[in-house]
Amino acid sequence: MATTFAKAEDRVAVSHAARIEHVSKSYPGPTGQQLVLDDISLDVAPGEFVTLLGASGCGKSTLLNLVAGLDRPTAGSIETPGGRPALMFQEHALFPWLTAGKNIELALRLRGVPKNDRRGEAERLLELVRLTGAYGKRVHELSGGMRQRVALARALAQDSDLLLMDEPFAALDAITRDVLHDELTRIWRETRLSVLFVTHNVREAVRLAERVVLLSSRPGRIAREWEIGIPQPRRIEDAAVAELSVEITEELRGEIRRHGQH
Amino acid sequence: MGSTETTTEAVAKTDDLAGLEAGLDALDAVQVRRTPVREVLLRKVLPPLVAVGLVLVVWQLLVWARVTDEYKLPPPAAVWDSLTTMWLEGTLLDVLWTSVSRALLGFVMALAIGTPLGLLVARVRFVRAAIGPILSGLQSLPSVAWVAPAVLWLGLNDSMMYAVILLGAVPSIANGLVSGVDQVPPLFLRAGRTLGATGLRGAWHVVMPAALPGYLAGLKQGWAFSWRSLMAAEIIASSPELGLGLGQLLENGRNNIDMPGIFLAILLILIVGIAIDLLIFSPLERAVLRRRGLLVKS
Repeated sequence: MATTFAKAEDRVAVSHAARIEHVSKSYPGPTGQQLVLDDISLDVAPGEFVTLLGASGCGKSTLLNLVAGLDRPTAGSIETPGGRPALMFQEHALFPWLTAGKNIELALRLRGVPKNDRRGEAERLLELVRLTGAYGKRVHELSGGMRQRVALARALAQDSDLLLMDEPFAALDAITRDVLHDELTRIWRETRLSVLFVTHNVREAVRLAERVVLLSSRPGRIAREWEIGIPQPRRIEDAAVAELSVEITEELRGEIRRHGQH
Repeated sequence: MGSTETTTEAVAKTDDLAGLEAGLDALDAVQVRRTPVREVLLRKVLPPLVAVGLVLVVWQLLVWARVTDEYKLPPPAAVWDSLTTMWLEGTLLDVLWTSVSRALLGFVMALAIGTPLGLLVARVRFVRAAIGPILSGLQSLPSVAWVAPAVLWLGLNDSMMYAVILLGAVPSIANGLVSGVDQVPPLFLRAGRTLGATGLRGAWHVVMPAALPGYLAGLKQGWAFSWRSLMAAEIIASSPELGLGLGQLLENGRNNIDMPGIFLAILLILIVGIAIDLLIFSPLERAVLRRRGLLVKS
């Protein structure tokens, strides 16, 4: 019944970046305890990209909050040996009173990076997300896609082994989202981060992940998993991506239909 | 591109992506433009000047039309004469300074008390339940009500003036901070917590900067309440030992049935209130909002 973060210096070669074991979560509801997540067990291997896919009410965001340590599971345990995971939200969640660069530097500062090293590190991270020159820009001066890239750079500034992403591209237009998919794949391959990515977009899940985990709704349970063998870099319009998406969508619709049958 | 022949396909693809991204950024980037001075003058400065001019014209017309006795409605020129007389006697600046220095000092004290009080109410549940409703209720209590007890408690002196200012302004400042903290988006708090900003570090790096706009709005209102409270105190509690402030000037005008003097006092009270807001609080608020992109262009 605990979420444990190991200290960075204790990091050892482990078989998983996150280990979720028999996790259940319930909230007090109008009719007693409402079970949101039911006995979820899931490992994310080091360097692996996993997407959690599900319809509304499958508790995918709840699960991500539990892994991030923002909330505690009712039962079961979650281990993240690589330290406190980084988390990206659907909204950029950048602080509007700071510039893009200072947002990243705040993450570095809270991680304990010495003052003199912060500026250089922030600029290196901005370069990684291809926003060289955006250091002094205010958040409102950036486009939606640029904001999410700064948010990604800020998440990377935490230097965690595990990056959690909660529908980070859902609010973007299709063209920008497509470009950010390419960008995320590139950065993931460069940094060899482990990623746990939540989405309700089947094509996005297949486009990005090495493994897609389908959650059923109310309560959230693991319904099925797919290993995605399509070589990267992929494109969202690839025939193989489309084909697998059709199969997964059928399964997802089946899960949703069950709820209309009482 | 000729260079692609000599490089690998992967590199070409990355270059494509970089170019694509640069293009998107250029198309999507938000253009932030500062309004040119001419436009500011035309849209912000001219309309109030026209309004003031109209009021003066109507006022003068009413005097010419003799709608009432001249001792009840003096012409604008008579008020202007009062002003120049005070200026030539050298008393104008003294009177202004007496009131303004009192109000500002009182405001600074209100700030020193209201800020920690607001933080306490915002963050400690018991304190909030205990005094939160009283604090917002106090805002609707006219501070003139405090003059009577303040005179009896403290006597006719400056301390009594400061007591009235504090009772008027502290609730506004504290309430502004409370609503500022309440309006911090929960997303910022979650983002802060994932970055490791918890406890005091969270308060310093996330809660306080996020609550700043609400706090500033509270300060603005706190200033208005300070000024109003002081004027109430000065009008009611006039005594030679207290020195001549704007409130006493108004009261003296009433005692001497000097309508131009009364008009002048009212105008000066109004002008000082507006000037402090325009010179100190509005620029501060606008700077904070502009930096955050919250200043809506109409």
